[in-house]
Amino acid sequence: MAANENKNTSGEQGFIYLPLIAGWLVPGAGHFLLRKWGRGALLALAILGMFSLGIAMQGEVYTSGSDILHILGLAGDLGNGLLYIASRVLGLGATAVQVTTADYGTRFIVVAGLLNVIAAVDAHNMRTGRKPL
Amino acid sequence: MFSPSHFTAVLLFSLCASVVFGITQRETPRRMVRYGAYCFVLFVGSVIVLSWVMYLIAK
Repeated sequence: MAANENKNTSGEQGFIYLPLIAGWLVPGAGHFLLRKWGRGALLALAILGMFSLGIAMQGEVYTSGSDILHILGLAGDLGNGLLYIASRVLGLGATAVQVTTADYGTRFIVVAGLLNVIAAVDAHNMRTGRKPL
Repeated sequence: MFSPSHFTAVLLFSLCASVVFGITQRETPRRMVRYGAYCFVLFVGSVIVLSWVMYLIAK
């Protein structure tokens, strides 16, 4: 009963996973689809800012899973969606960490991806009615 | 190349992470702001405390 009420409160038709996928591909897009402009803009600003800072610090963008730490880093980086693909295509970031700030930058890029996944799941929860709009 | 100090990096990291935590973990705007500020203070505060602990251990 409660689940039905929640579904009704979302009040939208269409592909239920669209905010989740859009939010993963483009930071904040899931919230934009739900017309949460302010929240979406803040999320996009925070995640894009964190990713950009990581790139500016010459952080490493993981390209392969040669050991367990690289596999975990790659999983985090993939959370950035299209930003990760763009960084690979444009050759942004470093291939190896050589200075201390590059190590910070690597963490910034990984955490930006993880935060983006949290934001996309939040959009999905609002779409399904698990979280109020 | 952008080369912030360790503390500047902490502030930037905490700010971005706190914004996302605040928006995603609470439901009303007022509670989002409060939780975001709470996370920011915890991030920065724990870094300062742990820095002093490591300094005293190394000393």
